[in-house]
Amino acid sequence: MDKRKLRDLIGTKLMLMVVLFISSIFFLIFILLFYKSTLVLERTSIIDVLFSSTWNPDYGQFGLAPVIVGTMLVTGIALIIAIPISLLSAIYIAEYAPKRIRRILRPFIDVLAGVPSVVYGLCAFLILVPLVKEVIAPWFGVQSTGLCIFTAAIALSVMVFPIIISLCIESFDAIPIALKEASLSVGATKWETIKKVVFRASAPSVIAAILLGFGRAFGETIAVNMVIGNMFNQIPSSLFQPGQTLASLIASKYGELMSIPLHESALMLVALILFVVVLLFNLAGLLILRRAKKRWKY
Amino acid sequence: MNRRIIEENVFRFLMIASLCIVIGSLVIIFGLVAVNGISSLSIEMVTKTPSPDNPLGGGILNAIVGSLLLALPATCFASIIGIGIALYLQSDFLHPGISNFIRFMLDVLWGVPSIVYGIFCFTIMIYLGMGASILVGMVALTLLEVPIITRCMDEAIKMVPIGLKEGAYSLGSTKFETAVRVVQKQAFPGILAGILLGLGRGIGDAASILFTAGFSNRIPTSIFDSTAALPTMIFNLFSLPSGQPKAYAAAFILLVIVVIISVCSRLLTRKFRQNVIK
Repeated sequence: MDKRKLRDLIGTKLMLMVVLFISSIFFLIFILLFYKSTLVLERTSIIDVLFSSTWNPDYGQFGLAPVIVGTMLVTGIALIIAIPISLLSAIYIAEYAPKRIRRILRPFIDVLAGVPSVVYGLCAFLILVPLVKEVIAPWFGVQSTGLCIFTAAIALSVMVFPIIISLCIESFDAIPIALKEASLSVGATKWETIKKVVFRASAPSVIAAILLGFGRAFGETIAVNMVIGNMFNQIPSSLFQPGQTLASLIASKYGELMSIPLHESALMLVALILFVVVLLFNLAGLLILRRAKKRWKY
Repeated sequence: MNRRIIEENVFRFLMIASLCIVIGSLVIIFGLVAVNGISSLSIEMVTKTPSPDNPLGGGILNAIVGSLLLALPATCFASIIGIGIALYLQSDFLHPGISNFIRFMLDVLWGVPSIVYGIFCFTIMIYLGMGASILVGMVALTLLEVPIITRCMDEAIKMVPIGLKEGAYSLGSTKFETAVRVVQKQAFPGILAGILLGLGRGIGDAASILFTAGFSNRIPTSIFDSTAALPTMIFNLFSLPSGQPKAYAAAFILLVIVVIISVCSRLLTRKFRQNVIK
């Protein structure tokens, strides 16, 4: 009996330790990034860094405005394309598709969700870049090398498809069938049922899926780095110009210039911004969920 | 009445159209990698390291070995940490408010871009005076995988019926015994799926090991050696002119590994679901 109690004690404490470990990692990342970026923040104000567009490490100027604009454009466009397309496909697979097709599609989508981003980047570089250069940009009457914000956004949206679809199908499947049957039995069409019942009942999981998709698009480094053209000196004036995103900036700058403390500090600030934005978006998601729960009374 | 049916049909059309876009773009990716990868794949590619004078010659054995050496131990560590956390998040151990707070932190950590883990481990590595090595890359991957694995396990453990736990308690087992012997067994298919998901993410991630594992053309001999991995190899090759055939071969191997992991996950989950009490 004593031995069992002892084992219980040790086991429980070990588990508590890993929980404390992961919590401390969370705070440690934040503190370390903050501490490292104070060097830049002491010399220039955060406003200057966020809204200036001159990047000149020799004079201690680290304007991130072009990069921030680039990140917002790339992530925004990617999600605007990805969300409706993935939601509609998820609904089709979950509600309309015959069983046989579902059985093929679901594992397929799951595999795709796990395809590494380098592979997406490689494919985007070889297919999308020439396509944008030769066809899409001239279509809009613009000249472009193909390495541009638009290409990166398309590549990201394709990357986000399987993530949102796979999570949404799961949540659509989890809705009790009685809810749908009630709606159908009072004469609603299938689409009306989906709009009014399925979407509301699964709203929390759909929001979570979109948040995860956002995180993937926002933080994607390698695939973006391969196709965006890596230009961070001026605010991009059109979608067909090269740009840069926050995550990809770190990857392209860190190797060369880690020896200069001020420069390193600026990149740490970029990482801190990434961390804080992800944190804020998760918080926002949590609040939206809470409101949705109150309003629709799950 | 008519309007409603038109709406129904319009949306059905849109759904099929978007499904076609999704499947089309994904088939293109698979086809492209498979066709180009197979055509540039040879026995030499998987049995030789790059020749020292020409990075385009030789094979990519060093990257395959490097990827396995980085991802497999990282997944082991992450699973051990993850199972501990996931079991502890049950209401038997922690107040639900606190566990929800920890779940929120894990969600944030899941969303944090992998490059942030890379830069974090890199800074600590410099601080400790180490160089880019398998060890540091492994730590970065472990940190990246822990939130993914833990959240998946947690979802599976949440589904364990309370009656099962009560049964174990009423027979006199301790909390730890209930968690490890009963809850773990019942949630095992989900736990396994989480581990394999983490492995898939870890083996494919380039950003976190870009600075921490470094790059080398040789097969590593100790955990303090720097090493190439398949994703970093693809990234490096792609920037070289005419490095693309080899990049495709590496991408194809990576893709095959990911598909194998996914298929294993399906088969194993199905197999272990037999042990689950319904």
